[in-house]
Amino acid sequence: MTERTRARKSRASIVARPTTISVADYGLVLAFLALCAALTVLTPTFFTSQNILNVGRQVSVTAILAAGQTFVILAAGIDLSVGSLVGLAGVVAAGVALHAGFVAGIGAGLGVAALAGLVDGMAIMLIRIPDFVVTLAMLSAARGLDLIYSGGEPIGVASQPFLYLGAGYVGPVPVPIIIMLLVFAASHVVLRYTAFGRYVYAVGGNRRAAAYSAIDVRRVRIAVYVISGMLAGLAGVVLAGRLATADPQAGVGYELDSIAAVVLGGTSLFGGEGSVARTLLGALILGVLSNGMNLLDVSPFYQQVAEGVVIVLAVAISHIDELRSRSGAD
Amino acid sequence: MNATPLLSLRGISKTYPGVVALSGIDFDLQAGEVHGLVGENGAGKTTLLKIIGGAERADTGVIELQGRRVALASPREAQALGIRSIHQEFNLFPALTVAENICLDHLPTRVGLLDGRSVRAQAREAIGKLGVQLPLDTPVRQLNVADQQLVEIARALSAEARVLIMDEPTSALTEREIEALFAVVRSLRDHGVGVVFVSHRMEEVLELSDRVTVLRDGRLVGETSTHDRGEVIRMMVGRQLDDLYPKANVQIGPETLSVHGLTSAGRFTDVTFCLHRGEILGIAGVIGSGRTSIGKALFGMVPINRGTVAVDQRPVHIRSPRDALRVGIGYLPEDRKTLGLVLSLSVRHNETHVILPRISRFGWVDRGRERDIVTRRVQELRIRTPSLDAQALHLSGGNQQKLVLAKWLEIRPAALILDEPTRGVDVGAKAEIYQIMGDLVRGGVGIILISSDLPELLGLADRVVVLRDGRVVTTLDRPDATQERVLHMVTMGAAA
Repeated sequence: MTERTRARKSRASIVARPTTISVADYGLVLAFLALCAALTVLTPTFFTSQNILNVGRQVSVTAILAAGQTFVILAAGIDLSVGSLVGLAGVVAAGVALHAGFVAGIGAGLGVAALAGLVDGMAIMLIRIPDFVVTLAMLSAARGLDLIYSGGEPIGVASQPFLYLGAGYVGPVPVPIIIMLLVFAASHVVLRYTAFGRYVYAVGGNRRAAAYSAIDVRRVRIAVYVISGMLAGLAGVVLAGRLATADPQAGVGYELDSIAAVVLGGTSLFGGEGSVARTLLGALILGVLSNGMNLLDVSPFYQQVAEGVVIVLAVAISHIDELRSRSGAD
Repeated sequence: MNATPLLSLRGISKTYPGVVALSGIDFDLQAGEVHGLVGENGAGKTTLLKIIGGAERADTGVIELQGRRVALASPREAQALGIRSIHQEFNLFPALTVAENICLDHLPTRVGLLDGRSVRAQAREAIGKLGVQLPLDTPVRQLNVADQQLVEIARALSAEARVLIMDEPTSALTEREIEALFAVVRSLRDHGVGVVFVSHRMEEVLELSDRVTVLRDGRLVGETSTHDRGEVIRMMVGRQLDDLYPKANVQIGPETLSVHGLTSAGRFTDVTFCLHRGEILGIAGVIGSGRTSIGKALFGMVPINRGTVAVDQRPVHIRSPRDALRVGIGYLPEDRKTLGLVLSLSVRHNETHVILPRISRFGWVDRGRERDIVTRRVQELRIRTPSLDAQALHLSGGNQQKLVLAKWLEIRPAALILDEPTRGVDVGAKAEIYQIMGDLVRGGVGIILISSDLPELLGLADRVVVLRDGRVVTTLDRPDATQERVLHMVTMGAAA
């Protein structure tokens, strides 16, 4: 855009304009709907309430992780430790619940994961080690703590309320789906309507300018890792509840799934641009894709290839939009 | 005019989607001349330079180099024809050394490997032409902005150039470096190079150029060989700017900020001055004199080792921008794009970052109130934006700068520190920024103005603190602060 269009536009009154819907937003929603429509036609089982709720339950754990990951990535960080925190939080929650009840158990699970997030954030901000390195180290260390605590053996979950979180229903709807929706609603509200949310975008968009706007960059960057850790803990508790057992190997590789959902949603890995609603859409697309391929009897080997292709295609689509809007920049 | 021009553009037009950036431009460059190109932001200078440099293609029109029609389809092609560009935004590789950056376009190799000795030799030669000192083996990212600019220039000089395009080459340089650069440009000119020169500093353009072409709104206004600044400005803006620096007649109030013996190790030493309400206090000094560090220190971005700061007679401790905010000190940083704004965010979000706590309840932003505040301020400062939710990225330089100012006006500052508030903004926006400053001092704000544009500094300031090597040389009252005197003081050796 050049000065002249600016000048021309400035003559129009300065009024609030609803956020325009870009091709990328549309593209993602359309892709999701097209995917669902295709699967409805191709398979008799896809569009049944049973299957849809099933997909939702399968997606919920990664989606909760991806919500936390969105906070971190919006603030221009990256959290590779969330998969291990799922495992650690699961065994700690299950272990503590055996002796001290489910409230203490779940609290301990969430607490230990949030604490790990705090350690990540502090190491990044105070010792100034890059995000990637710190959370990669935590990926390893947290898995180790998980194995030490559990002795490498799964810990059974017997407490009813704990099981309810993972396997229960409210009416016909599985509880994990409800937890997932609550997490996304809360994340959306925080990012969009609170001062903290604004700071996350500002810090991710331009850390130095944020500091020059008297924003406490350090606090914001630490907070996003605490949020991500805590949500990873929640995901770990839900997963353990669903399987009625806390597997020390739970969550291996989930960090990549969560990053994939965020990226697929179109949130910029450089930070500052994107939204948690897009991440939900990204997680749903990945979930439906995997479910659809299962229904179509596609070999799991091919499924992984297809997932990779979809991620690249989706990001390419959002780039087309970007290129179009930038052509004509002066 | 002699026979065939070195470079000749005829009927150049360029349209971006929805906008005519250039329309029917004719432009000639003779061998051995410096041709100045002026115009307000958006007049089409950058687009024209990009077309000459091969970065953009014209929709219509003919380009001839020494009478031969050329296509200039890419920067590479233009470079092969001897057209070199020095850009406003650096095209340097931060991890590579100074020498490697300078020789990057034609790295000498020996049996396929980089020939380090030749690289350094070539780089030394190019730097030698500039008459400056640069560390050859230091990665460019460790250099300050001025040195990076010199590397960019040396890079263009390292290859044989027939046409040299210089887009704002001096914005980051000190007086001395500018002198050296001008000497190089003149010597290139005398060796038959044609130079297209663009700068926001009118004095420079007039001093250096043999003739000046004026663009306005993508059209050619005319060409002049005058050295009369007023006339060129008139051609640029299409109106007369009789007084470029309107000095507001303001009653100077009580002291609002007083700084005593302020020291920051390695940056500045024993700095003492005071600022009154309604006063504009100028800080003069070359780059590296500590002028920017002092501003940053008062805003909590640079540590203070010794000394005291008082706001409205009350001693304060400033350790972070939040401390500064609390006592009513605002700071407009020298680089609005990297420090002043989060370009990816909207006008509205950028404007309210510093007052979010005030307009939030339990962390919840009152968006209605926010919208009212921003709407009013955007209208008051005449920030031209398509909407409050438009990204700051899409605003022009002047409007971006007004947005940074707007952000700090929201805190009703006692003291406002402005570091290079008009760098890289066009004449019209400059006038608006001066007017805003005038309104502010009338409202009782004290302003510290840091500027390397000396006429501007002296034109606006009530008093001028002169800095050299991190120390205050003297403080001059307005009548005593003549350009010659201040220039002398900031650049001379120890004895003032």
